[in-house]
Amino acid sequence: MATPTLTGTVGGQIGRSLPRLEARDKVSGRAEYTHNLRLPSMLHGKIFRSTIAHGRIKSIDTSAAKKIPGVFRVVTADDISTVIPHPYYGPAFHDQPILAIDKVRFVGEPVAVVLASDPHVAEEAVQAITAEYEELPAVYDEMEALTSKVFVHDELKPAGAFADLKHLTGRKDTNVALDFKLRRGDVDKGFAEAAHVFEHTFRTQKVLHLAFEPFVSVADARRDAVTIYTSSQGPSFVRVEIARLLGLPENRVRIRVPYVGGGYGSKLYIKLEALVTALSLLARRPVKIALTMEEQFYQITKHPCTFKIKSGVDRDGRIIARKCEVYWNGGAYADVGPRVTQKSGFTASGPYDIEHVHVDSYALYTNLTPAGALRGFGIPQLVWSYESHTDMMARALKMDPVEFRRKNILKKGMAQATGTPVNDAPLEAVLDRIVARLNWGKPMDRGSGAIRRGRGLAIAIKAVIAPTTSVAVLNVTADGSPILYCGTVDMGQGSDTALAQVVGEILNVPAETVRVVPRDTDITPYDMGTLGSRSLFHMGHAVRMAAEECRAKIDALRKELGEPEGSNIPVAELFKKKYGMQAGNIVGSGSYKPDYTPPQPGTGLTTNVAPFWMVAGAGAEVEVDTETGKVAVTRLINVVDCGRPINPKIVETQISGATLMQLGFTMFEKMHIDGGQVTNASLADYKIPGILDVPAVMENEAIDSIQTNGPFGAKGVGETATFCCGPAIANAIDDATGVRITELPLNAEAVYRAIRAQQQNPLEDE
Amino acid sequence: MTARTISFTLNGEAVSAEIATHHTILEVLRNDFALYGARESCGQGLCGCCTVIVNGIAVSGCLYLAAFADGAEVTTIEALDANGTLDPVQEAFIEHGAFQCGFCTPGFILMTKQLLDRHPDPDDDEIKHYLSGNLCRCAAYPEIIQAVKSAAKKRQLAPR
Repeated sequence: MATPTLTGTVGGQIGRSLPRLEARDKVSGRAEYTHNLRLPSMLHGKIFRSTIAHGRIKSIDTSAAKKIPGVFRVVTADDISTVIPHPYYGPAFHDQPILAIDKVRFVGEPVAVVLASDPHVAEEAVQAITAEYEELPAVYDEMEALTSKVFVHDELKPAGAFADLKHLTGRKDTNVALDFKLRRGDVDKGFAEAAHVFEHTFRTQKVLHLAFEPFVSVADARRDAVTIYTSSQGPSFVRVEIARLLGLPENRVRIRVPYVGGGYGSKLYIKLEALVTALSLLARRPVKIALTMEEQFYQITKHPCTFKIKSGVDRDGRIIARKCEVYWNGGAYADVGPRVTQKSGFTASGPYDIEHVHVDSYALYTNLTPAGALRGFGIPQLVWSYESHTDMMARALKMDPVEFRRKNILKKGMAQATGTPVNDAPLEAVLDRIVARLNWGKPMDRGSGAIRRGRGLAIAIKAVIAPTTSVAVLNVTADGSPILYCGTVDMGQGSDTALAQVVGEILNVPAETVRVVPRDTDITPYDMGTLGSRSLFHMGHAVRMAAEECRAKIDALRKELGEPEGSNIPVAELFKKKYGMQAGNIVGSGSYKPDYTPPQPGTGLTTNVAPFWMVAGAGAEVEVDTETGKVAVTRLINVVDCGRPINPKIVETQISGATLMQLGFTMFEKMHIDGGQVTNASLADYKIPGILDVPAVMENEAIDSIQTNGPFGAKGVGETATFCCGPAIANAIDDATGVRITELPLNAEAVYRAIRAQQQNPLEDE
Repeated sequence: MTARTISFTLNGEAVSAEIATHHTILEVLRNDFALYGARESCGQGLCGCCTVIVNGIAVSGCLYLAAFADGAEVTTIEALDANGTLDPVQEAFIEHGAFQCGFCTPGFILMTKQLLDRHPDPDDDEIKHYLSGNLCRCAAYPEIIQAVKSAAKKRQLAPR
């Protein structure tokens, strides 16, 4: 590795497969993570959690725990309210108590905390706490929650921030936290005119982000100033929320985030930060809480979902009407579920040109671990359903699945279901590449005997979450070396590197000479969050603007100092000339918020739903052992549109990593839940993809494309390759065996059960 | 919790530490020696994030009791570039972008080093089987396989 210098390769920073800026620190074990942090006099907190899914807290007995030598303090909700009078938090609803108050609503909900200098002592003392509950009936399934008389919350408490949630304030006797509606055309008329009507129901299971750096936060809270070190994807949001809880101005709350050991959406908004802040205020010492892997199963998960989809198709194979009813299992606290429900609702009808569309998307409370965003903000669940549905219809209509898709696909400039035209969304080109790579239309080896082979594909579209804001500051120091201040969190996606490339391109310096300051809200300006594949586009623009401002100021300085037009005098010389020594700096800033037209209430229609579209396609070849149900994915192809790749190597790793993660969610990952209790809450019992699960052939492609309004033609890619993996494989299994599975995961048992059912010889239920 | 003193060789240096019987080598490395390259993730010896080398064998530091390291030779990821130069395995991981968040990376690198010490020219199957006890949630597995092959070539060119 070359040491960064100011005299490396200049120019051509965009499109350069530069290794990550922090690569050396990561391979030598020296990268900073919150996981490693220790502060002087720091206490460790260990959490006592609810063992029941729903109940009233009758009593909590902490007396035995307090007696254990080395225990500093045992804290319950009563203590929390002495330092935070209204201890409820959340991004969309202020519904989650810092520690359970009066009621518990899911197994694993934090009820009390033991503080001790030695984490082992705290852990032992947690075992000595007992709680008595009056157990209440619980509701787990999203469909049951819709009509159940069991209500997870007595009253809905939407946060003030979102206008479209205001009407829910104070609503009682419901588990529906949000109902999003999209109405285009007249769906009933469409069904009446249709030659064929198909209706299917799909389900997805509860799965976990399972970042390898488990949730960890450290707070050092004083009466009028708080510093929080946290493994978070959204330091700005944490600051706003902690400031609100404490009644402090934002400038008294400092959030610091080093590198993050995996996030995938789990570490968004606010997780342990409010708890460690309250504990530190009570203890008057820094407090660290580091969850174990097991505890991650009780923090945040992906949304399970039930999707009822109905389509009307005319005689020519054109889809003319589609009704989507999507039920999201949000768990006990809303987290960002209502946003998942709404934002994914925009594209629930898929990448197709359909005249009559009717979408109802419901966020539901249940007595399970809360659900939030997981690499796709709900889109993978929707694509799983609509692209399985697409193939089922094509088969029923005896049409080729590719031909059926081509007949219905959204073409450039057409209005998508919301009414927003799809520009820079090359769906047809992506489909073409998948078709070409699969040799679709040419015969394949179908296997023999018990082994059957097949292939399948899927395509998808996502509207990036809008409108969101990013702000960046760039400081060119007196020797010309630039320092970038921005709040985008590098959790492995390579944002530090890509954003440094943007700076390098504009200032004409090698990207590796750009210093990207670790996130610190005292220093790095506002950013909405590192989520939804938004950062490269939004922060990319903010950084571009900051760098352009610096460049303009450098040019002005040249002029001021009498340098001739076009002079390429080094920046360091300019400073010396100006100040008589190595001194001064040039600062530029950029703030970016895209144009956006809010959807009309009631119809969800808008002419500008998002500044860009993500487009994905996948193709899969599988080998099914029909005697065991075991499926081997022998080839997995992903083609995405991410505009112009800023760093092609990192883009490829994002495509491949995203689809392999989704392969786990597709083939085997599942949180098993019995009476609200997760029965496989450990890495020993919850299997994730390992190196042996990688398909024999993987092909990753970012098509040649430009996002017209993107920074240097680029847009995000973190989630894109998660969308299509599931349905492509399910479609391939159907192609191989003729069985259709409508619920994830596609494990051997599910496939074998389906095969036996098809043979009119079903296996008994468990 | 009886305290006792253990003495061992850590990255080539003789050291000793006061430990309790329940302390793992991972805790001792982090708390007493500020070596953070090995990390606890799953806590069950399944993910490989806590990999350290004890007497030449890769072990799960989160399960390996410190008491057993008394008199042992312990090597951590921090030893690999102690002379200021990266190990060929580390170089190869950088060149092939064989990580994203980096949390599991030291474990993979130590395991790869052990693989190449024993099988200097592994094929894909050998690589996969040898590294199947290390997990990467970012799933940079294809890049890791490339990096291992490239590291094998580097070592053949410049044996150390």
